[in-house]
Amino acid sequence: MAGALVVAEHDGTTLSPSTSRCVTCASAIAGAQVTVAVCAADAGAVAAQAAELKGVETVLKVEQAANAHPIAAVLAPQLAQLAQLAGGYSHVLGPSTTFGRDLMPRLAALLDAPQVSDIMAVESPTRFKRPIYAGNVVVTVDVVDAPIIVGTVRTASYAGAPGGGSARIESASVGTAAAAHTRFVSVSASKTDRPDLQSARRVISGGRALGSAEGFQLLYRLADKLGAAVGASRAAVDAGYVPNEMQVGQTGKIIAPELYIAVGISGAIQHLTGIKDAKTIVAINKDAEAPIFEVADIGLVGDLFEIVPQLEKLLS
Amino acid sequence: MKRVLVGIKRVVDYNVRVRVKPDGSGIALDGVKMSINPFDEIALEEALRIKERGAADEVVVASVGNADCQQQLRTALAMGADRALLVDTASAGGAPGGDLGLEPLTLARVLLALVQREQPFMVILGKQAIDDDNSQTGPMLAALWDRPQATFASKIELAGEKAIVTREVDQGLETLEVGLPAVFTTDLRLNEPRYVKLPDIMKAKRKPLDTLSLSSLGVSSRARVKAVRFEPPPQRQKGIRVKDAAELAAALKQKGLV
Ligand SMILES: Cc1cc2nc3c(=O)[nH]c(=O)nc-3n(C[C@H](O)[C@H](O)[C@H](O)COP(=O)(O)OP(=O)(O)OC[C@H]3O[C@@H](n4cnc5c(N)ncnc54)[C@H](O)[C@@H]3O)c2cc1C
Ligand SMILES: Nc1ncnc2c1ncn2[C@@H]1O[C@H](COP(=O)(O)O)[C@@H](O)[C@H]1O
Repeated sequence: MAGALVVAEHDGTTLSPSTSRCVTCASAIAGAQVTVAVCAADAGAVAAQAAELKGVETVLKVEQAANAHPIAAVLAPQLAQLAQLAGGYSHVLGPSTTFGRDLMPRLAALLDAPQVSDIMAVESPTRFKRPIYAGNVVVTVDVVDAPIIVGTVRTASYAGAPGGGSARIESASVGTAAAAHTRFVSVSASKTDRPDLQSARRVISGGRALGSAEGFQLLYRLADKLGAAVGASRAAVDAGYVPNEMQVGQTGKIIAPELYIAVGISGAIQHLTGIKDAKTIVAINKDAEAPIFEVADIGLVGDLFEIVPQLEKLLS
Repeated sequence: MKRVLVGIKRVVDYNVRVRVKPDGSGIALDGVKMSINPFDEIALEEALRIKERGAADEVVVASVGNADCQQQLRTALAMGADRALLVDTASAGGAPGGDLGLEPLTLARVLLALVQREQPFMVILGKQAIDDDNSQTGPMLAALWDRPQATFASKIELAGEKAIVTREVDQGLETLEVGLPAVFTTDLRLNEPRYVKLPDIMKAKRKPLDTLSLSSLGVSSRARVKAVRFEPPPQRQKGIRVKDAAELAAALKQKGLV
C-alpha cells in the first residue's frame, strides 16, 4: 500500500497555501493515500485546516514544545520516525519553499532516501519531471531501489487542493526532543497588507530601473489599485530598494499568478525561471531589445516613470 | 588548527543558456564556459574573510568530479584558499556529458568523509548548484554528521563556540544560533566575492592540490535517481506589442485581467 506523507508548512496558526499544493501533487501519485503531518507546539488549528483539504485521509498532529519554530534539525528526526512507522509511506513530500528546502534533504538523509527536488509533474510513482539549469531544461527522472522517495514540490506547478474534505485527525507520538545545538532567535517579516507573493493572482514586480525605495512607491500605488502583490528582481533587492522576501526568480520565489507585470526588469534567465507559469506576462521596459519581451504576452516599450502613473489613473 | 571546508562545484557559467541535445539524451556541454558555482564562490569568500579576521587558520576547498575540476580548484586557490582536494569520480563512471553527476546523498557522504579527515569547525557550501538546482547537499551533510545546519545564510557572526546566522527565508529574515561545528549554506547577499589577481594565479600553481578517489574514502557511487530524458521547457506563444498606457489598459481589461 502506497502512502504519501505531506509535511505541513504553517506559522503556528495558519496552514500555508504551499501545503495545499503539495496535497494536489501527492494525490497525483497513483494509489497513494495522503496523510498530512503537522509539527507544532499546538497543532490543533492548523490540523483542522489540513483536514478540510480534499484528498487528505489522515492528519497527524506531532506536538512538542520544541516544534514551536520550524528548525530542520529538530523536525527531521521526528518526521523520520513517523515516515518509518508501520512501514506505511512510499513518498514524503514537502513544498520547495525555504521551509521545505531546509527540512526535506535533512529528512531524506536520515531516511537514507533519495530526494527529487522541485517536482513539477508526477508521471508514475517513481517517475517525475523537474526543472534544472534555472528552468531552461526539464528532466524526467526515474527513482530506483528506494523504499521511500523524498520530494519537494514546485508549488507553482500545482493548484491548491479544494476544500470540503473531512480527514481524520490523530495524534502521533514520536520520541526525540530538542536539538540542543540549534536555537531559534527571531524572525523579522516586513508587515504588509498586500496579498502574499506566492499565492497572489496578480503580481507587479520592479527592477533596478526603479532606482530607489521611493521609486517602488509608484508600484505599490498601482498594486493597491489592482489588489496585487509586489515582487522584485535580484538587482532591486541587492540595491536595497526592497527586502529579500520580495525577490522573484531561480533563487527567490517561483510564482504562478494570472497576471505578472514586469516593470524595468531586463529579463535575465534567473528572473524568468520564477515567472514561467504566469498566465499573462506584461513587460514595461524602455529598451525594445530587452529579453523580457521574448516571454511577454503584452509588451510596452517606454519610460516606466511616465507609464506607471498613467496606468494607475487608467485602471482606477 | 581551526579549519574551514568549502565545497566547490564546477558548473556551466551562469551566463550560458544551455541547450538540450537533439536526441534528448543530455545537455550540449561541448565548448561551453565552465565556472565555479556562484554560491560556492560566495562560500569561499566568506571562509577567506573569516580567516582574514583571525577566526580561522586554514581554508580547504574540495571538488567532487573529474579532472577538469582542477581548473575551478586552481581558481579557488588563486582567490586565497590554502589547499585543495579533488575527489575524482571519473573511475567510478562519474558524470559524463549531460548526466547530472553524483546524487546529493552520495555527495554528502563524500563530504562527510572529508570532514572526518579534515576536522573542520565550519563547512560552507552553496545553497544550490545552479546546474541541477537540487538544493540538497548541505542539509544532507548536516544530518549525516549529526550537526546543526544554517541554510540560506546572508550573515554569519562567530561568537566563541557558536555562530549567529541570519537566514533569507520566504517570510523575511530569520536568526538562528548554532553550535559549532556546523554546516552553512550561502545565499546571494552574504558577500561579494573578490576578483582574482594575476600574481595570485601564479602563486596558486604552487599551492597543494591533492587527488583522492571515491573508493579510498569508502563511498560507493550508487545512483538511485536516474535521468531518462532531457527536454526544453514549453515555449510561450509570441506576444503582442502595445504603443502606450491606454492601449495596455484596454488590453488588460479586454482579457478580463483587471
Ligand atoms: C546565481 C544567480 C542567481 C540569480 N537569481 C536571481 C533571481 O532569483 N531573481 C532575479 O531577478 N535575478 C537573479 N539573478 C540576477 C540576474 O542575473 C540579473 O542580474 C537580474 O535579474 C537583473 O535585474 P534587473 O532586470 O532589475 O536589472 P537590469 O538587468 O539592470 O535591468 C534593468 C532594466 O530596466 C530597464 N530600464 C531602465 N530604465 C528604465 C525606465 N526609466 N523605464 C523602463 N525601463 C527602464 C532597462 O532597459 C533594463 O532592461 C541571479 C544571478 C545569479 C548569478
Ligand atoms: N560535485 C561537487 N563538488 C563539490 N561541492 C559540491 C558538488 N556538488 C554540490 N556541492 C556543494 O553542495 C552545494 C549544493 O549543491 P546541490 O545540493 O547540488 O544544489 C553546492 O553549492 C556545493 O557547495
